[in-house]
Amino acid sequence: MATEAAVHHETENEKGAWDGGKQPFKVSYGKLMMWYFLLSDAFTFSGFLIAYGALRFSMPTWPVPDFVFKTAPFNNIGLGHGVDLPLIFVTFMSFLLIISSVTMVRAVQEGHRENKNGVVFWMLLTIVGGLGFLGCQAWEWTNLIGTEHMTMTTNPFGTHTESGAYLNEDGSVSDETFEMGDSYLIHKVSAHGHGGEAHAGDDYSEGSHEGGDHGEAHGFTPAQTAPGNYAGYEITDKGYILRKYRILDGDLAGRTATQEFGPKAFGALFFFITGFHGFHVFSGVVFLIIIMLNAASGLYVKRKNGYEMVEKIGLYWHFVDLVWVFVFLVFYLL
Amino acid sequence: MSDHRSYEESIKAVYKGLVLLGVVTLVEVAFSLFGKGHIFPSLAENYRWPVIIASLVILILSLYKAYFIIYEFMHMKYEVSGLSKTVLLPCVLLIWAIIAFFWEGNDWNKRRSLIEKKNNETVDEKTEPQMGSDVRILKEEDFQ
Repeated sequence: MATEAAVHHETENEKGAWDGGKQPFKVSYGKLMMWYFLLSDAFTFSGFLIAYGALRFSMPTWPVPDFVFKTAPFNNIGLGHGVDLPLIFVTFMSFLLIISSVTMVRAVQEGHRENKNGVVFWMLLTIVGGLGFLGCQAWEWTNLIGTEHMTMTTNPFGTHTESGAYLNEDGSVSDETFEMGDSYLIHKVSAHGHGGEAHAGDDYSEGSHEGGDHGEAHGFTPAQTAPGNYAGYEITDKGYILRKYRILDGDLAGRTATQEFGPKAFGALFFFITGFHGFHVFSGVVFLIIIMLNAASGLYVKRKNGYEMVEKIGLYWHFVDLVWVFVFLVFYLL
Repeated sequence: MSDHRSYEESIKAVYKGLVLLGVVTLVEVAFSLFGKGHIFPSLAENYRWPVIIASLVILILSLYKAYFIIYEFMHMKYEVSGLSKTVLLPCVLLIWAIIAFFWEGNDWNKRRSLIEKKNNETVDEKTEPQMGSDVRILKEEDFQ
């Protein structure tokens, strides 16, 4: 508990090093243990992120983040259809966490001055920042799952390994070409909020222009919606449309090939690691609310230890920001 | 806590930190988009160095951000060295983990492409000798 008091106590009595009552690291037990908890948590996150790296290195192609994460809320209404905003939304999320980290530092500073209202005010702003981040993440996940149809085991974000041209509905070669390394998103029949497969035939072409349309497949509206192998495309049992294309260069030039799903591990890694981080943010917000209410009730005034509880939750909150630096690095920047 | 700055000074330092982290994040995003060809597309399409330089810069800036958060916001700078050593030194182990696992991942990739290549190979049964066709029992005269 009281750091200063213990230090004074030790100098007054001139106790030996092994007589107890001495804090070798000059911090309280609670703060020291918070540091060690964070160290163990850092290793957990490192394990996940290193697994992500190893799997990413083991694949010939990997979805590029500036293609996967280029949507943002209100993109289709406010900025017109089809405007790409690569990484912009997730940069905004990063700013939310940085700002909430700064407000947390302010809360700790006010705690040192034993300023109750200051602590509560800055903690409240921190909680708002944390909730904002969680809201953004909820939107990001909803978009990936609902609009782009990414799941734990299906990754619709693929990469072309040769250049070629897509086939038309009837199997003839179209003028829609792509280069090696270009990304594509595999669409689903009756996608974008049209309410089930049964509705697909009616006004599908209109429906497919809404939502997160991106990639070369943009605007391709097959006449068939039942699973099967057609002249210009294939529809899987789950309704994903795999377009066929003519390869235009390399050893296999002239052959016809079908789009493939991207590396399977991507979805599971993304949802698990960002989900684990989001869970840390969520539990952080819960603890922040509890400690803010305690501070507001005057509980820590009586302890007269510079609001040490606020300092401890502050360490945890900064750690959540610290982990995001690396999640941001490997999932979005590289 | 052995932070001897005055209240006003430490408030100023906090807002400086906010600006610093914000600017570093923006620079990172700009470099990422540069490496992926959103800024100066012709460079990223024709050369490999933009993405390598961008990745290196982003990596260094991220490590700097991590250092800043730990040392300034989490006050590691003001703790005794014993505490900071017991927390930070174990993280050195991660360097080995990163090298080992990325190496391993790269090897899986190489093996995968090798297997794929072998699976695509076609063997002409008439002209190419079958596996095992040149195996025979050695006789006395083979050694003379």
